[in-house]
Amino acid sequence: MKTAYETIIGLEVHAQLKTQSKVFSMCPAKANELPNTLTDVVTLGLPGVLPVLNAQAVRFAVMMGLATHCSIRKVSRFARKHYFYPDLPKGYQISQYDEPLCEHGWIDIDLESGETKRVGITRIHMEEDAGKTIHDADRNESRVDFNRAGVPLIEIVSGPDMRSPDEAVAYLKVLHNILRYLDICDGNMEEGNFRCDANISLRLHGQERFGTKVEIKNINSFRYVHKALVYEQQRQAQFLDDGKTIVQETRLWNSEVNRTESMRSKEDAHDYRYFPDPDLLPLVLTDETLQAIASELPELPDDKRRRFVRDFHLSEYDSAVLTSTPELSRYYDAVLASWGADPKLAANWVSTELLGALAKDGKPIEKTPVSPENLARILHHLSSGSISGKMAKEVFEKVYNEGADPDSVVSTMGGQVSDPEALLAILRDIIANNPAQVEKYRAGKTQLLGFFVGQVMQRTKGKANPTLTNELAIAELNR
Amino acid sequence: MSDDLLFESALSLRERVVSKQISASELTGLFLDRIAKTDATYRAFLLVDRDSALAQARAIDGAIVRGDDVGPLAGVPVAIKDQIVTRGLRTTCASRMLEGFVPPYDATVVDRLRRAGAIIIGKTNQDEFAMGSSTENSAYGPTRNPWDPNRVPGGSSGGSAVAVALRQVPLALGTDTGGSIRQPASLCGVVGLKPTYGRVSRFGAVAFASSLDQIGPFANTVPDTAAIMNVIAGHDPNDSTCVPAAVPDYLSGLDGGIAGIKVGVPREYFVPGMTAGVESAIQAGIDRLRAAGAELVEISLPHTDYCVATYYIIATAEASSNLARYDGVRYGYRAKEPKDLYDMYSRSRDEGFGSEVKRRIMLGTYVLSSGYYDAYYRKAQQVRTLIRQDFDAAFQKVDVIACPVSPVTAFKLGEMVEDPLQMYLMDILTISCNLAGLPGISVPCGFSDNLPVGLQLLAKPLGETVLLRTARAHEMAYPDSARRAG
Repeated sequence: MKTAYETIIGLEVHAQLKTQSKVFSMCPAKANELPNTLTDVVTLGLPGVLPVLNAQAVRFAVMMGLATHCSIRKVSRFARKHYFYPDLPKGYQISQYDEPLCEHGWIDIDLESGETKRVGITRIHMEEDAGKTIHDADRNESRVDFNRAGVPLIEIVSGPDMRSPDEAVAYLKVLHNILRYLDICDGNMEEGNFRCDANISLRLHGQERFGTKVEIKNINSFRYVHKALVYEQQRQAQFLDDGKTIVQETRLWNSEVNRTESMRSKEDAHDYRYFPDPDLLPLVLTDETLQAIASELPELPDDKRRRFVRDFHLSEYDSAVLTSTPELSRYYDAVLASWGADPKLAANWVSTELLGALAKDGKPIEKTPVSPENLARILHHLSSGSISGKMAKEVFEKVYNEGADPDSVVSTMGGQVSDPEALLAILRDIIANNPAQVEKYRAGKTQLLGFFVGQVMQRTKGKANPTLTNELAIAELNR
Repeated sequence: MSDDLLFESALSLRERVVSKQISASELTGLFLDRIAKTDATYRAFLLVDRDSALAQARAIDGAIVRGDDVGPLAGVPVAIKDQIVTRGLRTTCASRMLEGFVPPYDATVVDRLRRAGAIIIGKTNQDEFAMGSSTENSAYGPTRNPWDPNRVPGGSSGGSAVAVALRQVPLALGTDTGGSIRQPASLCGVVGLKPTYGRVSRFGAVAFASSLDQIGPFANTVPDTAAIMNVIAGHDPNDSTCVPAAVPDYLSGLDGGIAGIKVGVPREYFVPGMTAGVESAIQAGIDRLRAAGAELVEISLPHTDYCVATYYIIATAEASSNLARYDGVRYGYRAKEPKDLYDMYSRSRDEGFGSEVKRRIMLGTYVLSSGYYDAYYRKAQQVRTLIRQDFDAAFQKVDVIACPVSPVTAFKLGEMVEDPLQMYLMDILTISCNLAGLPGISVPCGFSDNLPVGLQLLAKPLGETVLLRTARAHEMAYPDSARRAG
């Protein structure tokens, strides 16, 4: 594409909150149940019903606001957003409009270049989800499932701060990770509990005014977000190159043909007729409530990452890997918690051995066959010197593949040979049988030490204690 | 004897039932017979559920035989405005849109009445979705005034007012958004109370204008009004706008008199167009209050002129939103053979709603639309604050405000149908109470050409106690309280 244009991207993320019940009724909120089994009079918008705000949903929304450095409004308000659609039971969605719960926040994202970029969070507001309409073309029918209707959502609106599809995906992943750390959203894009709409426009480099934006909807994976934005970036650049005008519109991502398609233009845009919902009082949060929520926030990925570098002297890279999902960081924490494993050693083993093996099997950390406790025991044997690094890897494989118990594997392997007398006997035999190498070593070619140690390892089938063997070999060769 | 029972107060009937002078079943039967005899003419009811009423009464009788605690309204038949949902009992809001709709739940007030031992006897007629002042805007035909069947009973809760005036029931519930309890109470000669906004749960009252709607009772006496308020008032976790304040016993101290109470008379409420007959009846009512020991104070409510405009912006805006749910998708009326989704929506709503409802939905949609919101809705909310401040200032000086309910007595059927604006102006004296969230009551205070006139009393928010005490003082001094309609 022509580099004359700068790409401007802003994202609107809808995250479903993992509350027990719906945002305005006691009706249970769950996924994957039979259609219309999770409804009640409020969910269905029957005549006479009234909404009552779910306090847990408010708590979760405030948590996200605090985690993204937003200021939280002491008084926010719910508003009705009107449009007609069969899966919207009341003919309006209860949302927030000009007085949202959270505003003016930010998060940091890592760029390819190694730099950090700060992306603004314009606002986070609470609203209710709609149901789902399923169109059955064969039977010329539409069916509505109201299970999802009334499930709490937060809409997280970024500033127009991203400059490439890569940045957009990096931002999305950071948001996703924070939601998962807070344990307030399942974060599954395919299942729709974490959804993303993207606004994208192009302008000439150096131009101050934004170009005309296009909104892309229906993007249900991180990969598609990237693909859709790259497609739209190219389409708009081509348009501008051809001297055409971009029209403000909403486009849908069609993942079957890998392109965006026009859905409606600005002229067809709804007049939502927002007004404050008279059925709900203003949401008032006291300083005490906000402080209580702040004090219950778990450690967030960025803080954890900085702590790993500072306290454990892990590399930036390892820290980033180990904090990339809450499950992985929980695993690492659990390894450290049992048997007092050395943090650096544990980091190496988790990020190389364990993640390598899991990647080969295409398994997430949650499906690991090696419990944190078992990995800690292997590392314990390793650092106490009772087994060598090579043996430790064998033990790991047995535990990983066969579900074996690490302690019994170590004992059946016979353990490490750490008896100096036995090792000396072997060494002396090797020295006696390799006079040429001994001579070269003594003449100054000290790298040959490895040859002698290797010979010992071969004789002991790798069970020789490497540190001890090294020390003995040096002493014996220098006699 | 049995016909005289119909004219006794609800409190007295309840005493007869619990002391086994008459069974709840017999009593319910008497009222059912009264309905059967009178309702062909007056059409107060949209639905009378005889079997269910008798079954409820038998359950009360059983409980009394067992010696169970049967509640403060045990055996007393109550009629419910069709705007209020009743489990298993058809609820239409007098609209074709909800023809045949049977709610799966009870409104909080209905649930409380049942627990108090009341017999839910049926559903009363009204203006469609509570929009109107005459009960002529009903998809099921008009209700007639008990004092003159050629005249309207007022509205929108006309059916409930008529049912109580005709002694078809001792008690009824209505809803009041801009006068829909007080105005028909005035035109039918019964007591009608609109409680403080938030005093009675709205859960189950089909919403017309959420920030103005309140459920309230009709009765023939002030003590009966207090008795049913004791049952229906109070916090409800299902209604976020329902106030958590404790409910006083409204019967206690009711006869305490009003010596020393300050009664404000707002000069703006004696409007041009008020008939001489109404004015003299109101004056007589106010004089009775003075005679009972109240001190009269002339007051001013300077923003009164803006009430009608403010009300018709806020009420229609909220109505346009509240009535969006009637889309033919999940329940209610759906147009036959729709071409597509849009056609289904537009024809279902066109065919399901009556013309007054559609007029208000269009007005409300307009005032909320982009570009007009600030000029209409936001401005109306600001004026509403000024109106509320008028009352705050007035209640610094007085305990109760006394004024007319309606500038005229009951008018003839069809007389105002062609002039909706004139009909809207009928509400001028009742809507400020809703805009300010105050409690207001209409009590019979006289007759003009043999048609009843109601005196309106207003108090500050949660001032139901002083309001009822003042109403009771007037009632005890009113000589025509035994005059019977029908």
